[in-house]
Amino acid sequence: MSANLSAEASAQAAPAPKKNRKLLVRLANQKYLQAMALLGIAWMILFNYIPMYGIMLAFKEYIGIGDPANAPWAGWTHFQAIWEDDQMLDVVKNTLGISFLKLVIGFPIPIIFALFLNELRSLKFNRIVQTISYLPHFLSWVILGGILITFLSDVGIVNDILMGLKLIDEPITYLAEPEYFWTIAVSSDIWKEFGWNAIIYIAAIASISPELYEAATIDGAGRFQKMRFVTLPSIRGTISILFILAVGAMLNSNFDQIMVLKNQVNETSSQVIDTYVYQVGISQGRFSYSTAVGLVKSVIALILLLFANSVTKRLNQSSLF
Amino acid sequence: MLKRNRRTLGDALFDRFNVLGMLLICFLTLYPIWYVLINSFNDGKDAMSGGNIYWIPRMFSVENYTAVFENAGIMTAMGITIAKTLIGTVLHVFFTAMVAYAFSRRELIGRNVYMMIGTITMFFGGGLIPTYLWYRDLGLLNDFFVYIWPALFSFFDLIIFLAFFREIPDGLEEAAKIDGANDFKIFYSVVLPVSMPVVATIALFHGVYQWNDYFTAVIFTTDETLQPIQTFLYKVIAQSSSTQIIGNMSGGAITRRVTGQSIKMATMIITTLPIVLAYPFLQRYFVKGLMIGSLKG
Repeated sequence: MSANLSAEASAQAAPAPKKNRKLLVRLANQKYLQAMALLGIAWMILFNYIPMYGIMLAFKEYIGIGDPANAPWAGWTHFQAIWEDDQMLDVVKNTLGISFLKLVIGFPIPIIFALFLNELRSLKFNRIVQTISYLPHFLSWVILGGILITFLSDVGIVNDILMGLKLIDEPITYLAEPEYFWTIAVSSDIWKEFGWNAIIYIAAIASISPELYEAATIDGAGRFQKMRFVTLPSIRGTISILFILAVGAMLNSNFDQIMVLKNQVNETSSQVIDTYVYQVGISQGRFSYSTAVGLVKSVIALILLLFANSVTKRLNQSSLF
Repeated sequence: MLKRNRRTLGDALFDRFNVLGMLLICFLTLYPIWYVLINSFNDGKDAMSGGNIYWIPRMFSVENYTAVFENAGIMTAMGITIAKTLIGTVLHVFFTAMVAYAFSRRELIGRNVYMMIGTITMFFGGGLIPTYLWYRDLGLLNDFFVYIWPALFSFFDLIIFLAFFREIPDGLEEAAKIDGANDFKIFYSVVLPVSMPVVATIALFHGVYQWNDYFTAVIFTTDETLQPIQTFLYKVIAQSSSTQIIGNMSGGAITRRVTGQSIKMATMIITTLPIVLAYPFLQRYFVKGLMIGSLKG
């Protein structure tokens, strides 16, 4: 399909039929190349575009049997139902709250870590710290969830420490209390990813010309001044790009994690859009309604991405598009 | 010497605190894994009744590991994980690299349209339910290949490959072309062998994804013989009553000195070990790969 499309597009650009034949010759010459590219396009149609077409379910009344395309239209009723859904308020609040905290606290930490790592005098120590800091990124959320559940249980290590310090009198089962969930989700996510997210900053800092630092030293700049006026401005472009990407992915980042940490007792503060879609859609079989909920999320995510892109563009001229 | 004098007291103090801070970070990062490790090597019943173990095993035992290796359910799950990681990674790297190579060639007719088709997939998707229903129609539910085909390609990885392929000198390909090789042959016998750094990067990223992914199985399979080890652990960990599940599954093990918790610890270590041992060696590759992907992509 797309081959025809592109051939047509090229053919329009070429006015004479003579050129058309030339195009065919060129296509024939690169038949292997085209085949390789089109296999990729075919995959994308099969696994990205056909599911996108399935979004129409959000506007239909589909009960899970037969071809979704033949299901009766439902108009905007599912979206109206979202508006009237009692759980939706909690779900949206949790999604935005956890994502927002992860962004606001989790985004600057890798930058600060990279800045301080750069100040270490021993290169060898620097490398060791770096390698260790990547480690949690390679653990799955299942493993980390298992560790957290053990640590945070009523007889776990966290209660041992806090009770030993006399900060609390009675053990708390942290994952059974909704009030602690956001803190647990945000801090464990930061623990897992700060080292990994710092890689790009570390590499960007390594490519700053040493002359800039020498010049700053001659001008009498101290340690913090060099961080502030040399290092930070030099990685500003990298920061902007990663910030846009982080905002765009903001609403996606918590599915694997929250599925592990969520339980029935903390649900009021742990249910997010993704887990809600899973629960309502797969477990309860309300396909159309949950597709509508998922679509609302996609639209919000897209708006956030465009917003972040335009804001960073205005602030410092670097943007994704 | 002059330089040394310039190092003020504040500077020296800063260095000390910086090193201390970094050591603290390393400790906080490593300790949870250390905790699991020592508990996996401790007698299960003792760990349960004698209070928490913090630094070293109190009653050293390898019985947890023996119990895990004797457990048929865990071993099947381990086999699925190894199979999906090996097959999935090889096919993903080969397929994505192949498409990326075609996309990297300037003379490819329709290149801009193809790139646009790909870029859209990075920012928009169908979401869980349409995907689920489509896989159902494709017959991928309860099929091992649900781990492979949907993960065969990634446009994000394609961009990393693309940036690398652009750096390859044209002369290499020209020489092969004169020898009469077609584009596919050029790709696998000329381009792929010189692209090992980026191949290693993507293989690591995808290998980790395949190894760690637990949710594909939760959503798309109900057949327990198809579930990978991470899904097995997920069911044990998140769906509570872990002692019962593991107790039942480990059969005879329950009469021994192992507990649900101690088997869980040993399984977690076995599941984590391969990656923890592999990534430091691949570090120099993935740092470079990430840089290429983020700055040029």
